[in-house]
Amino acid sequence: MRNALPILTVLAVILGVWYAAVAPMNIRVALDQAQRGGAELVPATALERQEVSVWALMLRNPVQIGETYAMDRPRLPTPGQVATELWNTTADMALNGRAMSKRSLIYHGWITLQSTLWGFALGTALGVLGAVAIVYSRVVDMSLMPWAIISQTVPIVALAPMIIVLSSQLGITDRTVPKAIISAYLCYFPVLVGMVKGLRSPAHAQLDLLKTYNASGFQAFLKLRLPASVPYLFTSLKVGIAAALVGTIVGELPTGAISGLGARILIGDQFGTPLAIWAALVAAAILAGALVTLLDLAQRITLKRMGMQA
Amino acid sequence: MMQNKRVPGLIRDPAASQYCGQQEKTDVTIQPVISAKSLDLTFQTGDGPVHALRDVSLDINRGDFVSFIGPSGCGKTTFLRVMADLEQPTAGQITVNGTSPEEARRARAYGYVFQAAGLYPWRTIGGNIRLPLEIMGYDRADQDARVKRVMELVELGGFEKKYPWQLSGGMQQRASIARALAFDADILLMDEPFGALDEIVRDHLNEQLLKLWDRTNKTICFVTHSIPEAVYLSTKIVVMSPRPGRITDVIDSPLPRARPLEIRDSPEFIEIAHRVRDGLRAGHAYDD
Repeated sequence: MRNALPILTVLAVILGVWYAAVAPMNIRVALDQAQRGGAELVPATALERQEVSVWALMLRNPVQIGETYAMDRPRLPTPGQVATELWNTTADMALNGRAMSKRSLIYHGWITLQSTLWGFALGTALGVLGAVAIVYSRVVDMSLMPWAIISQTVPIVALAPMIIVLSSQLGITDRTVPKAIISAYLCYFPVLVGMVKGLRSPAHAQLDLLKTYNASGFQAFLKLRLPASVPYLFTSLKVGIAAALVGTIVGELPTGAISGLGARILIGDQFGTPLAIWAALVAAAILAGALVTLLDLAQRITLKRMGMQA
Repeated sequence: MMQNKRVPGLIRDPAASQYCGQQEKTDVTIQPVISAKSLDLTFQTGDGPVHALRDVSLDINRGDFVSFIGPSGCGKTTFLRVMADLEQPTAGQITVNGTSPEEARRARAYGYVFQAAGLYPWRTIGGNIRLPLEIMGYDRADQDARVKRVMELVELGGFEKKYPWQLSGGMQQRASIARALAFDADILLMDEPFGALDEIVRDHLNEQLLKLWDRTNKTICFVTHSIPEAVYLSTKIVVMSPRPGRITDVIDSPLPRARPLEIRDSPEFIEIAHRVRDGLRAGHAYDD
């Protein structure tokens, strides 16, 4: 509860700025609509209004400011409108037994979640295995690490269509697979970096101690390096799962996918329904928040059971 | 191995036999546990070579409590690490239990206590002490019995299920000593184990360590830079000095094995402390 106040304060500031931004963002469109409705405006035509700043338009047409907060297709919807849209496409549909309808964000969220989790599992496995190889082999350290860094400098939007084209050449028709690969591509890196740091975290004296026991390399890995890396692993996993979700959504954008949160964002853009885009964005954020929170909980439980949290 | 009378010389390491040979003819019981002859160790650093050890020779007998004292850089820790096969000498010979340090390490001949307790935070105190036993493949029942025994030896009975962060620094260091004792090595190598503790805790642990040494009859090599600690604990005090790291004096203590803390006020104690201080000063003369 102690943490609630600062969080709520930040939330209130964000909502305040958001509401304040709605009027200037929507005033031109609102005035265009009012003009069609026959209202008296200053200046009178859209062409003339192009020359005037949004602030001046708001000052000269105060009556229309109210309309900017209640538009069907706003440039920037209010948080309330986004919340309503989100409610209508999730909980409301679920209550009516249509949770898995193609119009429901629960359905699209589920599609995205599946690819995210597959990508996360694949990326984590690759990251952990890569880290072990890097820590135990100087050759791999010298050869793999630079490529791992370079891999993250390639824009994923450029890579995603290629992965999808190539995987369809291999006869993979299930869209989950290429999306999971893109997602794993983003997710493995933080896990790799974190695990390398974690596996290397034991102090020199700790390794000397195991040497005095004449412990084998495998015993040193199992009894020292691996448990020492657990806190690092969880920190990386939290970054990794967020990256995996971004990867999946990016994988859904340029590929003509028709389901998934990324597809909803694209379709909302093509059909000019900003509310749908915003609802999908917020749904993605909530999904990411839930996944990170779950991992945080797993971290707390694991570390507590390991006796590492005071 | 060296004492094998039926086939003398057949299975001996030639390097070791070189100077253990004469002792074989005499009484085998006085063969030193650790024997160093003309040890040199030079580290190559960016600033040129550093002579960590120069011409270091020393015999340590069974049951000795040997302290190594000297300013930083005198090679006392390096010498201990050479005994433990954690550093390799660049010249000279050293035997531990009549074998090379590496063989002694593989035979788990010694327990090593580092300056920092270095307990694993994810293991309980009992689990930490069990660590070497798990690695060495003791069966579960034996592990339990040994953990219980050494925990009582260092007076940590009842703390088995606690985690390191729940214990004071002194208790953590005692646990790390118990960990080094758990597998019954005859030699205990201790590198400034009480260096980070305050005077009162240190006094108490010194007393406990003496009792433990008396009860177990182990050979202990103990690195310190406290004169009273060295004199109070040791049967043999090795004074070392830096640049190059070398031994400047070896003092056999006339103090009895049983040593109450009050012995530190006795004339004998003060006399030995004087000699140690003089030795340290002599080693430093060229610095002033």
